[in-house]
Amino acid sequence: MSDVVLEINALTRRFGAFTAVDSLTLSVNAGEVFSLLGSNGAGKTTTIKMLTTLLPPSSGEARVADFSITTQAVEVRRSIGYVPQAVSVDGSLTGYENLLIFAKLYDLPRRERQARIREALEFMGLTADGGRLVSQYSGGMVRRLEIAQSTLHRPRVLFLDEPTVGLDPIARDAVWKHLVDLRTNYGTTLFFTTHYLEEAESYCDRVAIMHLGKVTALGTCKELEASLGGDGHTLSEVFVHYAGSAMDSGGNLHNVSADRATAQRLG
Amino acid sequence: MIHPLIGFIEKTFVITEFELRKLRHDFTELVTRALQPALWLLVFGQVFSRSGAMHTGNIPYLDFIAPGILAQSVLFVAIFYGINVIWERDLGIVQKFLVSPTPRAALVLGKGFSAGIRSLSQAAIVYGLSLLLGVKLNWHPLALLNVVVIVVLGATLFSTFSLIIACIVKTRERFMGVGQVLTMPLFFASNAIYPTDIMPGWLRTISHLNPLTYVVDGLRTCMLAGSTSTFGLGHDYTVILLTTIILVLIGARLYPHLAT
Repeated sequence: MSDVVLEINALTRRFGAFTAVDSLTLSVNAGEVFSLLGSNGAGKTTTIKMLTTLLPPSSGEARVADFSITTQAVEVRRSIGYVPQAVSVDGSLTGYENLLIFAKLYDLPRRERQARIREALEFMGLTADGGRLVSQYSGGMVRRLEIAQSTLHRPRVLFLDEPTVGLDPIARDAVWKHLVDLRTNYGTTLFFTTHYLEEAESYCDRVAIMHLGKVTALGTCKELEASLGGDGHTLSEVFVHYAGSAMDSGGNLHNVSADRATAQRLG
Repeated sequence: MIHPLIGFIEKTFVITEFELRKLRHDFTELVTRALQPALWLLVFGQVFSRSGAMHTGNIPYLDFIAPGILAQSVLFVAIFYGINVIWERDLGIVQKFLVSPTPRAALVLGKGFSAGIRSLSQAAIVYGLSLLLGVKLNWHPLALLNVVVIVVLGATLFSTFSLIIACIVKTRERFMGVGQVLTMPLFFASNAIYPTDIMPGWLRTISHLNPLTYVVDGLRTCMLAGSTSTFGLGHDYTVILLTTIILVLIGARLYPHLAT
């Protein structure tokens, strides 16, 4: 089964003279777990913003679940889920209410709503906490609620921007267990960005390494390691080779403070 | 297939419903809203009323400014509504809503409308204070209904205006600056605390372009016993509704820029 759910063709985004994403071309199959790796400023988030219809491309095209991101934005939106890097659930509502609002916005039939929400809470291990205000949740719980919220309408593709940033290793494992279950149970395609190479190594079918807006390497982790020649290369050596520098959280003050603020709220 | 207009109305109310649910979890906001109108009516209103400096025709000055203070407190709360939107942008909430298939205008109007309903608490406060101060209120059910509608529409108008500013400036610091700069001119270049016919010509012209003037006029007409409208209630409603629609359309265009 290699039916393509995400097809990106020469996708480009410029901000003034700066080209954030430079003629990106790749495709992702249905049910695949795919990761974009790269330092801050490599163009990962800009790519996700274009694919989720938040940012119009300067040129090029992409089709998500057979719909064009430029001419069929509403259909694309119905077919995808998105978990932004920052906290995207509302702390002043309960977990249940956060799900209910999206059940309504995505037009889930009235008679199915309650069952769907109950199922989503159960699936993410939040059944006991549905009635509590989200401001009392732990970081891992917030992330799991966000995933529940973005998958309530059973999207074909789930986009996640740094889904485990700021979480401790145990919470990270729990989040990943649920993400893998989503793929297994519903065939959801996962497209995510990460800073953690070991996550890409453990959970991804394929990765693309981005550097200065371009994909510099694409394949399974094994293929990329083998591409350096010789034996025993690690993914982080691969990364240094293709991204020109070690993985770090570079970026500017805005990125760093946003990351830390996220980590703080989640932590 | 749901008709787009029905879908739009439904989604608007979904957004409003959840904005109001937040209120249920935290009531402090409603209490803090009471403070400003109380100060203006009890201190400013009483003092100015005694000075006898303001000629407000056949209605006493305190009666004259009661609807003005209600409109002012609606404006002052609504104009800072956009700060929530910036907060939601700094988190990822705006992005999450924009990735959903919800019409952009429904996101904007739903939020504005919730600000409108929230501001009814201020109407209750001003009515309470007015009773206390002996303002002659019009208790006719139709008059009360008009007050409710005008307050909700007025707050929707100014909170949508605030959302537009938030979409343009995008940071809290700049937003607070712009908000401060705008409130006083809007307030003073209106008929809230003095009649427009004692204004110099240039200011009167500006006040006629100011939507707050029509909110005040509508409120004054309906709230007070024996008060007559300067522009006519129909005229007031037309200006308020048209301005709101235009602002919602502009807001719907600008709101997606928050996520870029």
